[in-house]
Amino acid sequence: MATLNILYAGFGGQGILFSGRFLAYEGLLLGKQVSWLPSYGPEMRGGTANCSVILSDDPIGSPIVDKPDILVAMNLPSLDKYEDAVVSGGKIFVDSSLIERKVKRTDVDVYYVPATKIASEHDMPTLANMVITGKLLKEVSGLGIDNLDEVLGKIVSARRQNLVEYNKKAINVGYTFQ
Amino acid sequence: MGEKVLMKGNEAIAEAAIRAGCMHYFGYPITPQTEVAAYMSKRMPKVGGVFLQAESEIAAINMVIGVAATGKRVMTSSSSPGISLKGEGISYLAGCDLPAVVVNVQRGGPGLGGIQPSQADYWQTTRGGGHGDYHNIVLAPASVQEMASLTVRGFDLADKYRMVVMILADGTMGQMMEPVEIDNIEPLKVEKPWALTGTGMKRKPNIVNSLYLKPNELEKTNFDRYKKYTKIAETEALAEEYLMEDAEICVTAFGITSRVAKNAIKEARAQGIKVGMIRPITLWPFPKSTYMKHADQCKAFISVEMNMGQMIEDVQLAIECKKPVTLCNRTGGMIPKPEEILAKIKEVGGVK
Amino acid sequence: MAVVFSKPHSLTDKSLHYCPGCTHGIIHRLVAEVIDELEIEGDTIGVASVGCSVMAYDYFNVDFVQAAHGRAPAVATGVKRSDPSKIVFTYQGDGDLAAIGTAETVHAAARRENITIIFINNAIYGMTGGQMAPTTLPGMVTQTSPYGRDVEAVGFPIKICELLSNIEGATYLERVTVNNVANVKKAKRAIKKAFQNQVEGKGFSLIEVVSTCPTNWGLSPQKSLEFIETDMLPAYPLGVYKDITGEEK
Repeated sequence: MATLNILYAGFGGQGILFSGRFLAYEGLLLGKQVSWLPSYGPEMRGGTANCSVILSDDPIGSPIVDKPDILVAMNLPSLDKYEDAVVSGGKIFVDSSLIERKVKRTDVDVYYVPATKIASEHDMPTLANMVITGKLLKEVSGLGIDNLDEVLGKIVSARRQNLVEYNKKAINVGYTFQ
Repeated sequence: MGEKVLMKGNEAIAEAAIRAGCMHYFGYPITPQTEVAAYMSKRMPKVGGVFLQAESEIAAINMVIGVAATGKRVMTSSSSPGISLKGEGISYLAGCDLPAVVVNVQRGGPGLGGIQPSQADYWQTTRGGGHGDYHNIVLAPASVQEMASLTVRGFDLADKYRMVVMILADGTMGQMMEPVEIDNIEPLKVEKPWALTGTGMKRKPNIVNSLYLKPNELEKTNFDRYKKYTKIAETEALAEEYLMEDAEICVTAFGITSRVAKNAIKEARAQGIKVGMIRPITLWPFPKSTYMKHADQCKAFISVEMNMGQMIEDVQLAIECKKPVTLCNRTGGMIPKPEEILAKIKEVGGVK
Repeated sequence: MAVVFSKPHSLTDKSLHYCPGCTHGIIHRLVAEVIDELEIEGDTIGVASVGCSVMAYDYFNVDFVQAAHGRAPAVATGVKRSDPSKIVFTYQGDGDLAAIGTAETVHAAARRENITIIFINNAIYGMTGGQMAPTTLPGMVTQTSPYGRDVEAVGFPIKICELLSNIEGATYLERVTVNNVANVKKAKRAIKKAFQNQVEGKGFSLIEVVSTCPTNWGLSPQKSLEFIETDMLPAYPLGVYKDITGEEK
């Protein structure tokens, strides 16, 4: 990993920004330079949301990811908007329970994860974002699930530490999804 | 050694201010800087400080004047339209020689404009912004770490020179998270015999005032203030030089645009183009000597800005128009892409 | 020889610049007497406003900050929040407090800021030469209402004590005047209570003093005092508009 440019995109309320923060902290613990930049707008829930996360061995220039190595698309508009921007040889993670169409690109690795469905089946319907993040941790070299406790401990607020276990479970389910 | 934590730029400013001994913050909600106020509202009660959401930006800056007059460290923050409202108070702070830190997390303008990042308040900020003859010291962070460290520095400079220090950031710098370390801060200790602390019946009253009805007296205060400004220009200008040793083309940008420009410069270097960057960290005083040092060496300058071309005039002045300066800009909340800057570098460099 | 009358210690020796017959001088003295009597001179910080009393900082023997037009309650808020042990007062006119500074006034009251406001209402902008104020009476001729204040066109006077009496945060509101000895004595009692309230941490006190402007009213000092009685007081009745100091907080 010299530099990983990651773009998370979906609806507001899907935990897009949270997943991005998770990856940023994961990078921090791995000793990487990291940056996290959310889109921000007047919508709080239901609008579009995306965030740029960069993990790098070198100092990070622009924090804006407009040519992602990794795209996580949590809804159809996001896939439509960003599919063509992914670099050749990059990876696209698709929440296939919300996106019916297939990725058109043939020069990228595509992972279809019915994350929303899996999350519902495991009685944690709000954690589709972490299910698909689990798959990402599995498929992207250099990342993994060794630091889960520490990372989640940092990004889950003190009042909600009971959610750490749920997040861990979601990530593990995604990690082991075939 | 402190631990590195991920923080938003806006939060880093707030935490750094508290660590620098700022126990009073007055603000008003406006995107994209509201996290500063939100953070302050959480932290201040826990450290024995004062957070107060004012009824307006105007009230907030005047509350700042009240605290500054008592000699304590104080801060307010806003975004472009709110800074316009604070303009009156900033002029009074200057006229009263009061130290304060004012943060502008810029968004697109004019008018209500938009909420996306911008650098269009460069002129307003570096030229003072309110009425009258005065300057603010203007610091332009380009990372979350600098959002913190320049805030601390800002408080020190404000106290040292009894003037307003503005942190000129933008929506991107405010919203992005990066690792930041805010530890081992030792605020500069400055005696403030002028502060309003009550006479205690032991001294003559201290008066904080900007009214001089006799023009010769007012002229003298302005002359004296400009002597101070001259000294600051000589000693406090700061810039980062990036790959400038052999650069033939000099890109110049501050804040977020300097980050984007770095991507373009790396790519240009990979293609064999000798290009570097001067990133002013102090926008006032403008680091003229850094530019002049490279004016003969470089054949062209490119000013990358998120406005219609404001800093470019300072660059032209700094190099005394020895070389052409080309503008590469987006505005209204748009951020230039690295490819756009790269294309401009190639165009200016005559590379096909 | 025994001293039976002297200048209050908390007034400086500087000669006042106010016009003959202007009541600012009396009110300055009352404020200074109160500061002396409460023995708070060394802890008092004044906030001057914009208007005829802009140079109040020259006349009081206490620390002072000069605020922008209308902003004195916000500046006072900053001073008080910086050091709650200090006694902070503003001295503002009607243009300053009831026009350009309406928001700062209302919100300082709403916050129950523990400050004291001395509000001079003479129904006119004095320093700029006699323009219509928010408190100018209907029909009153000023430089910018040369045909008399036409309420149909420019609206009605703002009655600050009545307005603020609806603000839950306001602690003590009283309207007084200084047109005769009895009223001067009442005014002093009100001003003293307003400072005493602050000393006791009781919150926001505002004393509205119905005042004169002989120069811009175009009246002699004597006629000005009569004008208070005949024209100003019917529009601005004296009295306590709010006082919660006796209530349990």
